[in-house]
Order: sequence, then structure tokens, then C-alpha cells
Amino acid sequence: MKFLNIARATTVHALGGALLIATAAAGIAHAQTPEEKGMEIAVEADRRDTGFGDSEAAMTMTLKNRKGDTSTREVRVKTLEIDGDGDKSMSIFDKPADVKGTAFLTYSHSLEPDEQWIYLPALKRVKRISSKNKSGPFMGSEFAYEDISSQEVDKYTYKYLRDEELNGKKVFVVERYPAYKNSGYKRQIAWIDQEEYIALKTEFYDRKDSLLKTLEWRDYKQYLGQFWRAHEMHMVNHQNGKTTTLAWSDYTFNVGLGDKDFNKNVLKRAK
Amino acid sequence: MCSNARSKHSMRTARSAFILFVLPALTSVQAGDWSGNVALESRHFFESTTRSEQHNANLSGYLEAEYYHTFEHDAHNLVVTPFLRLDENDDERTHADLREAAWLFYGDVFELRVGVSKVFWGVTESRHLVDIINQTDNVENIDGEDKLGQPMINFSYFTNEWGTVDFFYMPLFREREFASLEGRPSLPLRVDTDNAVFESSDEEENKDYAIRWSHSFDIWDIGLSHFNGTAREPRLVAGLDGGEPVLIPHYDQIAQTGIDAQATTEDWLWKVEAIAVETDAQDDYGAAVAGFEYTFVGIFESDADLGVIGEYLYDERDESQAFQDDVLVGLRWVWNDEQSTEFLLGAIVDQDGGATSVSLEATRRIGESFKLDVEVRAISGADDDPVLAGAADDDVLQVELGYYF
Repeated sequence: MKFLNIARATTVHALGGALLIATAAAGIAHAQTPEEKGMEIAVEADRRDTGFGDSEAAMTMTLKNRKGDTSTREVRVKTLEIDGDGDKSMSIFDKPADVKGTAFLTYSHSLEPDEQWIYLPALKRVKRISSKNKSGPFMGSEFAYEDISSQEVDKYTYKYLRDEELNGKKVFVVERYPAYKNSGYKRQIAWIDQEEYIALKTEFYDRKDSLLKTLEWRDYKQYLGQFWRAHEMHMVNHQNGKTTTLAWSDYTFNVGLGDKDFNKNVLKRAK
Repeated sequence: MCSNARSKHSMRTARSAFILFVLPALTSVQAGDWSGNVALESRHFFESTTRSEQHNANLSGYLEAEYYHTFEHDAHNLVVTPFLRLDENDDERTHADLREAAWLFYGDVFELRVGVSKVFWGVTESRHLVDIINQTDNVENIDGEDKLGQPMINFSYFTNEWGTVDFFYMPLFREREFASLEGRPSLPLRVDTDNAVFESSDEEENKDYAIRWSHSFDIWDIGLSHFNGTAREPRLVAGLDGGEPVLIPHYDQIAQTGIDAQATTEDWLWKVEAIAVETDAQDDYGAAVAGFEYTFVGIFESDADLGVIGEYLYDERDESQAFQDDVLVGLRWVWNDEQSTEFLLGAIVDQDGGATSVSLEATRRIGESFKLDVEVRAISGADDDPVLAGAADDDVLQVELGYYF
């Protein structure tokens, strides 16, 4: 199982700047292809979200089935930005009560498999687990592990489709294709705000290329005068009629987290 | 609760620890954080009893509550976890324990833990060879997963580069408990825990020590450990208690060196645990478990995962020893649904004796706060097996409903 910095649409990438320059230089020589423009948008979004350092936040996840029955999960998430690699993160479960104290530690990477450990409080056991399951549901929700994992530029290839207006905002519509193994998707289409380079909506198409889910990012707030975080993420599964809403609160940046806060010892006492 | 003098002593110890560490702390805090669970368990045995005092059905229940509090901006914390089980028929299974009563102080690169605590070492599923700090709570379940709280001072030093070094000082030993003759499964003779024999003249006040280095790097998670002190697993020796034939636990002094390692790739987990045990009371011996787990993701176009587990178990001691030359085959079926439904099917086949022990465990959350736990255990072909014969007629269905808070 994996669980990461759900709310971050993009992450640091050392290559980002270089790619941007390369792409810009290429733009002078010839007209930009849709692939180049798609990549350029992804790199710019990544660049704008670089440098946040570390953060903490709390999340309440509400699952609703077709009949309207709901259930909730509560998770606290700590994230450490790693220069030139995926983030490190720790997720601690408070609800449901039977998994209280269960915690995940993840070292995420863009194309290499993530490293991941789970702490099982009843047994006091830390288990290293496989990160193969990208397409499976996270905690029985409509979010797959790959939806909530650290988003690196290299994880996808891109294609710019068109400009559009969404909720009165000018957006880029960009298609992206998973470049990592074991994805449950053939492609995704993202609506990216042209001013702030943040995702407002994402459509997920399954391996058979049928529309599977739509994610809407709502209630963005800006932190440290730079970093935008959505405080509500609403996922609808069109194939099974279920929805999952993530409500984020208590965002804190510059907590002072470091490598020392993301190891197996800390995982065991992370309550 | 505990019916013999020695475990009363342990309880006294636990109580002293409670008074020493916990009460002062409790009085200085305003609000604490309680969590835990209470559960009702019903066991039904398929075969008729081997002794007249046994029963075909058994009701039982337990409460485990954890009190947790942090002080001074998380610089230290306190955990207290009392446990109580009441059992309809087995007076030995009715027992109380302090699973934890420990104060933890920590910095960026160290931890200091003082009190009663629980520690897990190892990677394999079928048998926990290197895991030696805590005594097994043998009356809870015969699967060896439940542990008694261990009084200790544990100092831990860690860096991300070099891994973790743990030192343990354990001033008091916890004896293993055994089911009474009314309990099921139970051994054919009463285990006379009141007259346990210790190699150490300090008996259960023998000072035990352990050191462990563990590290994670690349695909590897590795641990090296050394323990010096009283064996957690007693040898059971036939004897007499006032004319009644009984089994007397003998606790040897041992030095156990262990290694555990896991390699994690995207598809496979490869695991190994091995120990070498030096003791004066019997021949030195070694034991090992090695195996793998492979997971099929999203089987049959569903959200479910299917894990296949295979482990080989070796023990150098003679055939009177369990897991001497055994194979575990297991299936882990995880639905990844809202109720966290999971099944774990395991079969341990003794390559020599031919006895096969099968278990099926299923769990599912009900609503937000309840969990249903169903377990079936059966043993076949064990009539001539020196280890399993005692449990051969105790095939059981266990249903447990727990409320979590």
C-alpha cells in the first residue's frame, strides 16, 4: 500500500529547469509540437511548486456508495521535499478505529519503484512492502494509490490538446500517459489553470480507454505566497457510481522536518 | 487472575512498574488519549473432547486499552496498555497483563525507553525465529503472535546512513503460560508452572541483554541480533507434582545470534531468518526460515490482490521439535474494499511426519467501529507426530467480534 502527499499536484524535479530551457530553445528552432507544449506546462507547474521544503496536513476521507451510505477515514500526512527525487512522506491513520496507529513511510521515486514500509501497531511490526499495487484502491476509496502518490514530471509523457474555459478560468487541457509500470490508466486529461498552473479537474481513462473517474480540485488556498493546495478533492467513479471526497485541513509549512523524521524508528512512534 | 505464584510475581512487577512510571505521569497530565478494543470470542471444537473436563464450546472476551500521552512538544511520551481476558472454562487463559507501561524519551538520533514494552524483530510469516525479546502469550492463541509485556530499558541510536543500533537490558523474565487441562487445545498433562526450573540461580530475576543492528538500504532490510539470557521457550520435562504426572518447564540460559533479511522488488519479497543458539543444557543448534511472497495485483479484473507465500522451515534439533523440516504454503487474498476484507490461508506440512496443519483467517470491518474475525484451525495426520499430537483433536472454529474505540 502506498500513501503520499495527496494534495500536491506537482513536485520538485531537478531536471525541470533544464528541460524547460531545452524546450524553450527548441521552440526557437521550430514550431512547438503538442507534446513539447504539454511537457512545458508540466515542467512549469512543477517549477512553481518547488521549494516548499516540508509540510504537515490532516485529511478526512469520506466514501459514499451508490445507495448514499458513507464511511470516513482520518489520516495525518507529513511530507519532505527531496531535491532531484520524489518526496518522502509519512501517513498516520486515526480512523477507522481498528487501524488507528497504522502508519506508512514512503520514499517515492519517479520511475524506480517507491520504497515503502507499513507499521502495524498491534504487532509492533514494521514491514517493508511492495509498491507494485499502483492501480488498487487506497483504503477502499475511489482514489487509486497512483492518484495520491508523489507526482513527478517524469512519471508521464504529455500532449497539449487545447485552451478552454472552466468555471470562468482560462485553462490548458493536457493529456498525459503514465510512463511507469502497473498503471491502471491508459491516459488522463487534466484541466490546468493558465494563471497559477494548478489542476482544476482530471479525467481518468481505464486501460480499455473508457472514462473511469473524474477528479475535481476545489477550494485552493495559497501558502507562503507561492504554493497552492486544494482543500477539497472530489472523485466520482462513473463506472460504479461511488464517490470519495478528501477534505484537507491544518496545513503547516516549514515545520522543520528533515530526513531524521522519515525513518523506521520514527514510524514506530508516529502516533 | 493468574493462578500461579510466579505469574503473580510478574504481575507484581508490572504493578510496581505501573506505580513507578505511570502514576506520577498520570497525575501531571490533564487529558489523555485512550483507544483500544473489547472483543467477544466464541470457539467451537469439531471433535469430541479427549478429556472429560474439556468442553466442545467456549466463550471468552478481552479488553485491551491503550493510554497515550505526549509531553513537552513531543520530546517524550507515555504509553500504558493494560490487557484483560476472561475465559469461560480455562482458568489459565483468564489472565491480565500489562502489554505496555513505558516512558519514551527521544531526540533526533536516539530513543530511550524505560518500562514494560513490546518489540518485534523479523520478516517471515510462518515462524518468528529471531524475535526473542517478549515472551509469547501462549494462552491467547497457539499461533505465537500474541506477546506478554517485557520490563526493559531500551536505548536506540540511529542514523539514516548507518541504520539503528538497539541495546536492551531486561531485569525481569516473564514465564510462558500454558492452558489448563480444561482448556483446548492443551497438552495431555498439566504444565506445572509453579515448579519451573531455571538454569540461572537468579531464576526469573536473571538479567538478560540484547543488542541489535538493523538497516534499510536499496532493496534490503537487514537485522543482526544477539541475545544473552533466559530462553523464552521452555523445555517441557516429565515430572511429578505430589504424585500427579506433570510437565515441568525448564528455562535454559542461552546465547542466541540471529539474522533477518528481506529483499523487496516490485513483484517479490524474499525473506530469510536464521538463528544459532548456544546453551549448556542441550546441544547447540541452529534453525532457519526462508521464503518469498509474490503478489498478483487486481486479480480477475477486480480490485483484489492475491499474495502467494512459500516458506521452508528448518530446525537442527531432532524430530521432537516442531518446524524441523516443514513447508508453509499460504495465500493472502486482500479485497481492498471499504470494509478491508482479507483472507489468509496457510498450510504447514511436516515433510517427515506427514502432519499437516491448516489455518484460515478472515477479517472484515463492520460499520465504522466493529471488526469480525473468523479463524479455522485444523490438523491432520498428526497422530504419530510428537509435537502436534496434543492438538490433533482440537480442530476449531473461532469467531470474534471486536468493538474498537
